[in-house]
Amino acid sequence: MHDVARASDIALTPAAAGPLRRAARNAFPFVVVGAIWEAVAHAGLFPPRFFPPLETVAATLARLTMSGVLPHHALDTIVRLIAGFALAALFGVTIGIVMGRSRRAEDILLPLVSIGAPIPGLAYAPLFLLWFGPGNVPAVALVAFVSAFPIIYNSWTGVKAVKDIWLRSAQAMGANDRRLFRHVIVPGALPYIVTGLRLGLAQAWRILVGIEMLAAVPWGLGWLIFGAQEFLNTDVMLAGIVVIALIGLALEKFVFQRLEELTVVRWGMLT
Amino acid sequence: MPHIEARDISLIYDTPGGAVPGLRGVSFAMEASEFLCIVGPSGCGKSTLLNIIAGFITPNVGEIRIAGQPVRGSGMDRGVVFQDFAQLFPWRTALGNVAFGLEMKGVPKAEREATALEQLRLVKLEHFAKSYPHHLSGGMQQRVAIARALAYNPAVLLMDEPFAALDALTRDDMQRLLADVWRTTRKTVIYVTHNVAEAVYLADRVVVMTPHPGTVKTEVTIKLPRPRDPLSVEFLDYQKELLRLLGQDAKGH
Amino acid sequence: MIADRARSLWRGAVTVIVVLAIYEAVARSGHFAPALMPTLGVVLQTLLGSLLDGSMFEHAAATLYRVLCGFGLAVFVGLPLGVLMGRFRPVENFVLPLASALMPIPSLAWIPVFILWLGLGNAVTILIVLYAALFPMLLNTWSGVRAVNPIWLRAAGAMGANENALFWKVIIPGASPFIIAGLRQSFLRAWVAVIGAEMLAASNFGLGWVIFDAKEFLNTDVMLSSLIVIGFIGFVTERLVFGSLERATIYRWGMAQAAKT
Repeated sequence: MHDVARASDIALTPAAAGPLRRAARNAFPFVVVGAIWEAVAHAGLFPPRFFPPLETVAATLARLTMSGVLPHHALDTIVRLIAGFALAALFGVTIGIVMGRSRRAEDILLPLVSIGAPIPGLAYAPLFLLWFGPGNVPAVALVAFVSAFPIIYNSWTGVKAVKDIWLRSAQAMGANDRRLFRHVIVPGALPYIVTGLRLGLAQAWRILVGIEMLAAVPWGLGWLIFGAQEFLNTDVMLAGIVVIALIGLALEKFVFQRLEELTVVRWGMLT
Repeated sequence: MPHIEARDISLIYDTPGGAVPGLRGVSFAMEASEFLCIVGPSGCGKSTLLNIIAGFITPNVGEIRIAGQPVRGSGMDRGVVFQDFAQLFPWRTALGNVAFGLEMKGVPKAEREATALEQLRLVKLEHFAKSYPHHLSGGMQQRVAIARALAYNPAVLLMDEPFAALDALTRDDMQRLLADVWRTTRKTVIYVTHNVAEAVYLADRVVVMTPHPGTVKTEVTIKLPRPRDPLSVEFLDYQKELLRLLGQDAKGH
Repeated sequence: MIADRARSLWRGAVTVIVVLAIYEAVARSGHFAPALMPTLGVVLQTLLGSLLDGSMFEHAAATLYRVLCGFGLAVFVGLPLGVLMGRFRPVENFVLPLASALMPIPSLAWIPVFILWLGLGNAVTILIVLYAALFPMLLNTWSGVRAVNPIWLRAAGAMGANENALFWKVIIPGASPFIIAGLRQSFLRAWVAVIGAEMLAASNFGLGWVIFDAKEFLNTDVMLSSLIVIGFIGFVTERLVFGSLERATIYRWGMAQAAKT
């Protein structure tokens, strides 16, 4: 009687599993990997200095967090990320929009952007260090420089993607240049700009840790784990990586996904 | 023995809102080389019925028998043409698409390409053998799909509104072409449509379905000589009758 | 139309020339030490010199070897695993949480740990490249397999395709726009990672090492000439390798719109 159709293409997915089951399902792979790690660490194959068991890493993480060392490193990293990204967003969006609106600006700037973009950001690092000296300035400047490329590129594409028919109809309805910009061009290009910002922030995050290692900044997670190498403190490195992962996950969950939702929703509106 | 027999087919959709009856007690039988059209308003389950015959969906109750054998899953005794132009593989040329079924059968390359080319000739596309689907118009893509479904020589051709997304002029051409193809190949064809004129033009017999849940309302045999003249009085009479059968039903609800 | 293009090219060329001229003027003005801002002539001379004596080729070969090893491994692991994830629920349930936890960790963060475990050298760099390139490959393949139009699977099933044929003749080509986007993204990440890893973990070869080493001795001309080579290789792979791969497949098949990255 209650035999349900095996109409795989019509019947929708079975009712979503309970939140508890889902949590268990997500935790399971970590339990497996953690167990393997523990087994290897306790087997004595490697010296504990190089391959500390998870409880040591957890203890180090707790100790460094309590003493305020880890929060200080994390805070400096986050401040650099925000500063660099904010600069990139400001200049990137402006340059991109100008390129999209003015043929002259496009002709002038596009070659420079196309030459600069394929060079990996970190390759500029020594140059920046040489020109600006070690410290915060080259780190922030490089983060800004590198993450500006996707922002410029996407803003430019976005403005170019604004349909002529919208511009014409707005003009026909008497919109002047300023209104055209505010009410047609910016909203029309927004999905692309948001995508650019998302890519830019992800790029900034990926190279920031590397720059911190190279730029010899006094605080920062990259420097923390790089410095720990000198003293063979593997537990400190892994604790640092855990914090890096947490920040990265938070960015993913609270920033990238939000931005993506925004874009997807906008896309739906536009197409 | 009938070539295809549907015995008391029922299907219940399992939706988030609960079980919804899709088809109830659908039965019909058809002879070999017969052209059967299934017409009905959208949502009457006619496409679902075709998918059951194709073996993509298993009904809750009842069974389909083809040449006396119950249907279990899809099989090479049936060729299927869908409405969606996207059914062709975009990474294969027209010829590559048509040859796919033969390739699955293990037919050697030269032989299957020769057969595929023959099938393309049947639908008048032999000059487009090397074209990729995205270079072909919608009507041409559907013709390739028909050639593809015929290429491995199934006894049955199942067609799910294959011309519904085409413009009216192209559709007329395609119907004429399909009637020719059928006369040449003598396949047993089940053709789902909501277009009454199309059904009268193509079918030996029309099964009329009603929705909620989908059931067979009646069957109409089209006793017109072929090729049929869509402007003849008899043609229009059949059309009116089918429209009446469908329309009455709508008023009845 | 053609006049427009010509004007764009002309303007672009003028821009590049003007920027180079400004650089040259600043470099010659004597405001900055020549070691920090060498003139274009010096940079070009250094570049030519390193090309002629073959040292630049040796460094580029070392870098390419590392990046291709890491990238190749990433494809070798990521492509099949991504397909398995897309086809089988339990694999997806196991791999996806791990991937989402590991992906946000920048590959360069692992450098100190890997150095400690493996010592300086190729192994560390290759592993870092693998780490950087794996996730884009894996996740793009996974979404590509999930995005394969079900009607293709049905049509192939109706024509008697078995699992094996379905995989090679329908799923892989059907997912190709995403797979190619994955290859492209993977290589881009790999290219960034190899330069960073060489700066921090290579001992005596590689373009990244050259740049970083040049900083110690204030050889800005060496840095700039290596930058030119790095940019050139990146550009050529992007345009020639992936560009022609795309033209041979998804553009020819009209599937280019399917995947937007």
